[in-house]
Amino acid sequence: MILARVVGTVVATRKDPRLEGKKLLVLKPVSPDGKDESGYVVAVDTVSAGYRETVLAVSGSSARMAEGCKDRPVDTSIVGIVDNVSLDEKK
Amino acid sequence: MYLGRVVGRVWSTVKNECLEGHRLLIVQPVTPELKDTGKRIVCTDWTGAGAGELIYWVRAREASFAFSPAEVVTDATIVAIVDELHIKRPPLADARGSEPTSEPRPSGSGRSGSGA
Repeated sequence: MILARVVGTVVATRKDPRLEGKKLLVLKPVSPDGKDESGYVVAVDTVSAGYRETVLAVSGSSARMAEGCKDRPVDTSIVGIVDNVSLDEKK
Repeated sequence: MYLGRVVGRVWSTVKNECLEGHRLLIVQPVTPELKDTGKRIVCTDWTGAGAGELIYWVRAREASFAFSPAEVVTDATIVAIVDELHIKRPPLADARGSEPTSEPRPSGSGRSGSGA
């Protein structure tokens, strides 16, 4: 799983019927200390995440196991909204 | 499967119901020499690992098999806590004919969590 920040939404009218009614969000991966990482990813939202929230995203075939994404053409899904991240101090 | 070290935790209240009740830990992948390598990732925990512990984790769809038959939505899971590592490497064929390099052998740094 990766941590990511919601940076936008995707609107698609013509899409696979199994994706109908699913919210698609654009994510920017972030490191645990909050720094942006490279690239962007589009993910299906299962937890009603909002703009600028930090979320947990699952990728690969595991993404289809999320409740609401079963048997749908999904390879990244948002499965949690992050409240807090704690890191051990560098030794 | 990959070696890693637990370096932090993630708290999440609102999450997919397939993930409820699972601890989420931040893992720094490490090499067999215990040097950091690659990006830190968030793993579900099957073992009850704690901060600083040396663990190994699995990636991709297989990560959810650890919790079988429950269907947990995860693509990375900590599946074991490492007690000891024994790494045997063939002596390097050194062009200058000097002694084979002998690296200090990492061992037992799992429970101590000293971050050596």
